Amino acid sequence: MENVVEVKDLKKYFPIKGGFFGGVTGYVKAVDGVSFSIPAGTTMGLVGESGCGKSTTGRTILRLIEKTDGSILFKGEDVSAMDKKKLRELRTKMQIIFQDPYSSLSPRLPVGEIIGEAVREHGLVSKEEYQDYITQIMKDCGLQSYHKDRYPHEFSGGQRQRICIARALALNPDFVVCDEPVSALDVSIQAQIINLLWKLQEDRKLTYLFISHDLSVVEHISDSLGVMYLGNMVETGKTNDIFAEPLHPYTKALFSAIPMPDPEIKRERIILEGDIPSPANPPEGCKFHTRCKYCMACCKEKAPEMKDMGNGHCVCCHLYDR
Amino acid sequence: MAKDGNYISAKESRRISRENRKITSEIEKKRKRKHIPESEYVTQMKDPDNCVEFDNVQTHYFTDIGTVKAVDGVSFSVPKGKTVGIVGESGCGKSVTSLSLMQLVQRPSGQTVGGEIRFDSGEKVINVVNAPEKVMRELRGNQMAMIFQEPMTSLNPVFRIGDQVDEEIALHFPKWTKEQVKARSIEMLGMVGIANKEGVYKMYPHELSGGMRQRVMIAMALSCDPKLIIADEPTTALDVTIQAQILDLLRELKSRIGSSIMLITHDLGVVAEMADLVVVMYAGRVVEKGTATEIFKDPRHPYTVGLMKSKPVVGKHVKQLYSIPGNVPNPVDMPNYCYFRDRCERCTEECKGAYPPMVKLTDTHYVSCYDI
Repeated sequence: MENVVEVKDLKKYFPIKGGFFGGVTGYVKAVDGVSFSIPAGTTMGLVGESGCGKSTTGRTILRLIEKTDGSILFKGEDVSAMDKKKLRELRTKMQIIFQDPYSSLSPRLPVGEIIGEAVREHGLVSKEEYQDYITQIMKDCGLQSYHKDRYPHEFSGGQRQRICIARALALNPDFVVCDEPVSALDVSIQAQIINLLWKLQEDRKLTYLFISHDLSVVEHISDSLGVMYLGNMVETGKTNDIFAEPLHPYTKALFSAIPMPDPEIKRERIILEGDIPSPANPPEGCKFHTRCKYCMACCKEKAPEMKDMGNGHCVCCHLYDR
Repeated sequence: MAKDGNYISAKESRRISRENRKITSEIEKKRKRKHIPESEYVTQMKDPDNCVEFDNVQTHYFTDIGTVKAVDGVSFSVPKGKTVGIVGESGCGKSVTSLSLMQLVQRPSGQTVGGEIRFDSGEKVINVVNAPEKVMRELRGNQMAMIFQEPMTSLNPVFRIGDQVDEEIALHFPKWTKEQVKARSIEMLGMVGIANKEGVYKMYPHELSGGMRQRVMIAMALSCDPKLIIADEPTTALDVTIQAQILDLLRELKSRIGSSIMLITHDLGVVAEMADLVVVMYAGRVVEKGTATEIFKDPRHPYTVGLMKSKPVVGKHVKQLYSIPGNVPNPVDMPNYCYFRDRCERCTEECKGAYPPMVKLTDTHYVSCYDI
């Protein structure tokens, strides 16, 4: 299968300004060497704690923020080398759904305009077809055509997220970054939105990068999975493989922390001590060694490398050095 | 009724607000009397093993578009030393229930208009609904403490952590010296698992991470050894790993000081791990209550069943997630039939009648539905 997105060794450093003259005193290494690829028509999940750089990765791929180093290929073309005109064309092919449906919609525009603005701007459909096109998109996303003249404040959280999805899909993209699309919603609404994303993927052959910290949601929606910790990918592979046998100690701890809706299951929980270290001053060697219970001498000195454990299941840990 | 269910004319709105003022000022006047006799708020517990008993509590908000019955006849009890989980979607009244218990509902528009909340404070049993402010002040913090949802906004950004924890302890133990208070604060910070307790004592809230701030909130809540801890979505804003830490901490502290916990959350997983008893709320009413095993192994109310099915569970694959059709009904002027009827798949002829009464299935398991 052809890869829609290929990311190689992506780095994004945010400068820290300080001192008397406001010079750069250091860097926050939000994303520090991340590589993955997403085949067409599949979903890749990206999980990790807050501050591990998963959202930054998503945004850097779309060039909403400029990368520091590495390469991003979209259908074989280098995204970061594109000029303005090319990039503008690309914008219709890559879209994003944001986390908070309350703050990502303009309160002053009616819903029809929110969804249709970009369609008109890019001239995707003719003037005559425009209204029908918007109505169709809204219908696909579970909105009624009479919602077109209403304003975002008249909608509930779930419906707003539908508007966000409709806005992203109106441009007929190939690749959509879903940045925590269901985190702000109630359980029953969450299920509706996940089902909708599923249906749209089947109908339109979409490719998703699904960013979330809710592991149970990610397990349900994604085909492949990437676990991030402090700007690094620590484990990648097929979702089923990782959930069946997590290899990295961080993944293990993360999975054991998921609360299960069954009072009779008593699992052994791995409680991680302390907080995630600051990305401005990450620990030497393996970044996870400060919280890892299998920490060895070499973990403190040398950063581990990605190793393939078979079937595309890669892990980045010294425990698997042979 | 105009084209939109929510629409009311300005004239109508003025009339409603005039009526509301009449009702609320009457309640306020009654509450603000100088001397309220003890007989009005001291009662007896129905069951001495309970810490709190909610008995048909009604908390209404008198708004300009009509009366919102945020809590409408809620009854359940919190036994001593147990954890009770309250589950429901946003807007179902779970937070208002806990605010009613603390008498922290935004007055004068919000009022507890009926029912009894009996709280066993050790010496006396107090009916919180009628208790005067002075009595409430002694209860809050001392006897019942609340851990709020957002540790980011519940701490004051301009005071040091130490000052904020000190303040509460100094208020409740007025005879203590400053050194004693400080020693206690630092002890509390250590108890909730903050390693650098002296350092944190001098820090400002912005210097701490979300998990650390939630620990500080818990330290503040526990500083007076309360009989009841109300945890209002204590882990919603936190990561899973930090959530696991906080839940473990709550469990450990509960067994150490032997208090009861009222855990309010929308995460069924958290409830299953923590709670002994579960109360499921929908649109201001309790639809089902029972022990955790009963609720999770044998849910009876269609809403509870729907909630369970709609949550994705790790290790259980489904083609499509179940989703409850429709939306929560408009809270203004609720219908007099079952609130869940319009979204229910098991709706029968009987459901067209009055709101279903609570049916007792076992000693602990109750459900409010005709079709069981």
